[in-house]
Amino acid sequence: MASFSHTAGVQTYRFDDLKEVMAKASPARSGDFLAGVAALNDGERVAAQMTLANIELKHFLQELLIPYESDEVTRLIIDTHDKQAFAPVSHLTVGGFRDWLLSDAADEHSLRALAPGLTPEMVAAVSKIMRVQDLVLVAQKIRVVTRFRNTLGLRGRLSTRLQPNHPTDEPAGIAASILDGLLYGNGDAMIGINPATDSIASICEMLKMLDGVIQRFEIPTQSCVLTHVTSSIEAINRGVPLDLVFQSIAGTEAANASFGINLQILQEGYDAGLSLKRGTLGNDLMYFETGQGSALSANAHHGLDQQTCETRAYAVARHFKPFLVNTVVGFIGPEYLYNGKQIIRAGLEDHFCGKLLGVPMGCDICYTNHAEADQDDMDTLLTLLGVAGINFIMGIPGSDDIMLNYQTTSFHDALYARQTLGLKPAPEFEAWLQRMGIFTQDDGRVRFGEQLPPAFRLALAQLV
Amino acid sequence: MQYIELEQERQPGTCGATHNPWQELRRLTSARIALGRAGSSLPTNAQLDFQYAHAQARDAVHLAFDHAALSSALAERGRASLLLHSAAADRNSYLQRPDLGRRLDPASAHQLRDYAQAHPGGVDLAIVVADGLSALAVHRHTLPFLARLEEQTCAEGWSLSPVVLVEQGRVAVADEVGELLGARMVVILIGERPGLSSPDSLGLYFTYAPRVGLTDAYRNCISNVRLEGLSYAMAAHRLLYLMREACRRQLSGVSLKDEADVPDLASGISTNGPRNFLLAEPLTAAEDA
Repeated sequence: MASFSHTAGVQTYRFDDLKEVMAKASPARSGDFLAGVAALNDGERVAAQMTLANIELKHFLQELLIPYESDEVTRLIIDTHDKQAFAPVSHLTVGGFRDWLLSDAADEHSLRALAPGLTPEMVAAVSKIMRVQDLVLVAQKIRVVTRFRNTLGLRGRLSTRLQPNHPTDEPAGIAASILDGLLYGNGDAMIGINPATDSIASICEMLKMLDGVIQRFEIPTQSCVLTHVTSSIEAINRGVPLDLVFQSIAGTEAANASFGINLQILQEGYDAGLSLKRGTLGNDLMYFETGQGSALSANAHHGLDQQTCETRAYAVARHFKPFLVNTVVGFIGPEYLYNGKQIIRAGLEDHFCGKLLGVPMGCDICYTNHAEADQDDMDTLLTLLGVAGINFIMGIPGSDDIMLNYQTTSFHDALYARQTLGLKPAPEFEAWLQRMGIFTQDDGRVRFGEQLPPAFRLALAQLV
Repeated sequence: MQYIELEQERQPGTCGATHNPWQELRRLTSARIALGRAGSSLPTNAQLDFQYAHAQARDAVHLAFDHAALSSALAERGRASLLLHSAAADRNSYLQRPDLGRRLDPASAHQLRDYAQAHPGGVDLAIVVADGLSALAVHRHTLPFLARLEEQTCAEGWSLSPVVLVEQGRVAVADEVGELLGARMVVILIGERPGLSSPDSLGLYFTYAPRVGLTDAYRNCISNVRLEGLSYAMAAHRLLYLMREACRRQLSGVSLKDEADVPDLASGISTNGPRNFLLAEPLTAAEDA
């Protein structure tokens, strides 16, 4: 195993291995302190960043952070690495790679071709020596476009997952939030429910309901009930109309095992989803959620820092050609990301790393009430991610998730991003909004219709 | 709901916003729907209602545990209490180091050992009260809940420990307390993570044969004890059920929960709730009548 050292001024810093350099080079966050892998002080952190900047990208293919023999995610990363795609940057150090990413040589075309040649560890490494503006600038060059019943990720577009959660899965309560969201122009990424119960019967009922709503109002979108992948397979076996197959994933085999999954089970879920052929424009249908700290919370991080673990999860995701991947950045709590500053940086890192690996990234821009964060922090992250070209964000009524008890972006928040950044919904959904008379968007401005759409007026008349 | 009450108080003078003609949907969910809009943004009322709810939740997280008041109120009822501290020195440390909140600090462990030596023989149930993430929940619900619980434990002849108050405590600290007291079972009353509309929710976690190092799989949880949630009586009823079953089967946690025959409000989709207007067929005149 290699050891690294760096001399700055009169002081020489030593690091036992690549894993230690990576962890100590990470911008400070509570989860790395909790794991005992963070730099001891700011000086050591920057020395680790300087050390990392001098390490060749090629070295990441030799010194594996989690052994090939003991982790199937490592095996996936190494076995699927595309040497030809890697060639344009294979001579660079991590520092040289940062310069290259910021240069004109890195554009939408070259970055798309490069993605299969990059490993998550290379991408995590370069992110650690990038500032917020670097993470935004480079991510903004990249587009990852996916299709199911509409087209997500096009330049100048921002999509939303309408998240109509209800504490007891009451269908009428869910429907009320769905209608509210649709009338605010939300839901082109999906209408996706976090169920309160894991009962397979009620999950099937929710899937049928979402399919019914999408069909009745001819909404160019897709549905998802965020249950374990094995429950989705069971629902498919029962003939239930299911669009997107969901699963939480992490960056190590052991962490995935704590979720009750492995690559084989994900493949079975993907195959089951494909068998339904429900996509009309494409068949990208996996929906993954991730988040820094999940491997550590399962005590499955192998001494890695949490951001490197997170980036490895994107290698798992991209293997299954996902429709969307969502980093649920502030949900896990302050022991992993303590405050708004840490949450904002982590959200931008995740979006950048995912995009660079070719993953269609979205972000649940969120926080819990015991984190040192508030709506101002979320506005900041939303604005930055909007500029960075994020594929999708969440949309819930008034930022308040009454089932999961946390705060995420609201229907109104998405409209703010549309107004200020001129971002439009997916083109098929934009046309539907216009047809229904909900709103139109020209030169950035959102113009609402004067009247309730007749189909929804009729639905409201059914309230008894 | 707090935010609706406040909104009604501030009605006059806020007419710049566009109202949504689907207000009636609000009776179907407590979600913040039909908020209206100012331009395309949140109207002032909705914006400030949210900020107030968040402020209440934040204040609950940072409210100091008033153990002295609790201790003297218990003493008035003839109940002894012990005051201990977790290994997390303060709130900042508590929030960032869950491992420290799960253990007693050395002085507290020592104190508890001394107590156990002076009172040998153990107890059926050790009662622990910790601030957790909402001291507000503990301040509001500890005394009335314990009164209900002790009525029933007394009737059934269970022996109880003094009420052990733990500052900056997490759920698992109860295992150490229970082990040191030689208790057959332990229950911890702890402030849950405040939601935007529930800053004072109390959680109960129950363990049979408590010892340091147990995982959540060995615990049973009774959640959402508060005026708008699970009643004190129902929470006490469920806890007594768990105690009887745990002693009979000599276990707690996942295997016990699966067979617990207690009402579970979250199970299954309600079949008798309001009908789903989005998918309903239009009413005919006859049905309407």
